[in-house]
Amino acid sequence: MSLKERGAITGIGETAYSRNSGKSVVALQMEASLAAIADAGLAPTDIDGIIAYAPSGVVAEDFVTNFGIPDLRFSATTPMGGASAVAAVQCALAVVATGVCRHVLIPLGRNGASGSRIGARVREMPQFRVVGEFEMPVGALAPVQLYAPMARRHMELYGTTSRQFGEIAVATRRHAALHGNAIMTAPMTIEDHQASRMIADPLRLLDCSLESDGAAAVVVSAAERARDLARRPVYVMGAAEGHPDSPSVISQRPDLTTLGLAKAAPRAFAMAGVSPAEVDVAEIYDCFTFNVLCQIEDLGFCGKGEGGPFVEGGAIALGGRLPINTHGGLLSQAHMAGLNHVVELVRQLRGEGGATQVPDAEVGLVTGYGDMGDGSLAIMRRG
Amino acid sequence: MATEAAAKPLPEPTRDSKPYWDGLNEGRLLLQQCAACRKIRHYPRPVCDGCYSMEVAWIEATGRGRVHSWTVAHHPFHPGFKEELPYIVAIVDLEEGVRMNAQMRGVTPDEMRIGLPVQVTFERTKEGLTLPAFVRTQ
Repeated sequence: MSLKERGAITGIGETAYSRNSGKSVVALQMEASLAAIADAGLAPTDIDGIIAYAPSGVVAEDFVTNFGIPDLRFSATTPMGGASAVAAVQCALAVVATGVCRHVLIPLGRNGASGSRIGARVREMPQFRVVGEFEMPVGALAPVQLYAPMARRHMELYGTTSRQFGEIAVATRRHAALHGNAIMTAPMTIEDHQASRMIADPLRLLDCSLESDGAAAVVVSAAERARDLARRPVYVMGAAEGHPDSPSVISQRPDLTTLGLAKAAPRAFAMAGVSPAEVDVAEIYDCFTFNVLCQIEDLGFCGKGEGGPFVEGGAIALGGRLPINTHGGLLSQAHMAGLNHVVELVRQLRGEGGATQVPDAEVGLVTGYGDMGDGSLAIMRRG
Repeated sequence: MATEAAAKPLPEPTRDSKPYWDGLNEGRLLLQQCAACRKIRHYPRPVCDGCYSMEVAWIEATGRGRVHSWTVAHHPFHPGFKEELPYIVAIVDLEEGVRMNAQMRGVTPDEMRIGLPVQVTFERTKEGLTLPAFVRTQ
């Protein structure tokens, strides 16, 4: 049984994004979820499945309690860090396709700026146990320090440059400035990127994503239900997750420049029945600029090692051959662990992208990346 | 308090990894070798992914290897490393076919390259722990 188009995103919601929400993480997630449920034309009690974001500490029980959900039939988490949100779309698709649920809520929210910061959080996560024992003691502590050697090796093998990383930061910032709900909106040039201080060579400050407060939520509904709801459904054509070799320790990975997404992408494209050339807009998980470049390769938009030239000359900006991160991404909009990417893709495929709308976007793609290299993607089309 | 350098994060050895840490304390780099099929693996873990045996032998590595990749840390993500900035963390291909990461000594960032030959050394920290580091061998 194929999951192709057995489910659709029927509702999307977001809070304002900021560096200090002044609200609890539970309240943020409830606010975004209520917005998504209302967007779908549903009542909170219609939700019968929840895929919570475990690292936020907010669980399915919180939604049952706050919404008075009478009969929750399914709850799960997809523990893949930044790949969780898009992996949750695949999970929800399976659950609605098999009749377990009708409407699955995927919430995600955090006080990532005003609460505990990433360097402190990762040391508490069980998936970083091995890194915690063997690599953090020698000084490789934060994700940027663990990912930087992947970027360095890509540069050494393929001639990729820091300026090419800068192309990603600059295009993303331009989109954030147009979007309306983004934290970083000041204009940025390649020279600004090059002048930003080094964090973990070769990654500079402007190669790094934000730490943000806020929440996003989406509702995934069974296809036969989606048709009767308030909004034009956005059908999930294909979805997959992939785990790299040596999934929890980058240093032991046979190829440092290939992510779990390389395994997932062919599965999702085969399910969807489309090729990369047919993708009109892509929201690509951008914890760091390099990770975008690497995923563009692993998705098959170009060959391994060709990502640097691919992103040059505005090719990934609005009007380019593959507009990416039309909301400003994690780099400039907010770090909602990629659920904001799902929300933005749905907005694009509904034609509600406003100033960053890709004209006539019919097919789009969203990726997740997390926990040292896990990957996920969903390919969607407008209904 | 303010005059003392902050403590670094300490490893918490497990039953699977204790021989590795004990070896470092003795100035030896020990690696797990499958007692059944002889495949060498790292970091320490209970099962051989080649034959699924859980019988382990520990062998002493030569400590020789080549740089696979690296980063230069400029930003302090932990107060225990602030005084050492900037420092180089290298991922090294050991002769035994596995990798490990550790800081480089006696090399500047612009001298780093893939394939740089290195040799492990052992450093006693003020916390009473021995950590591996690498020096260039030519």
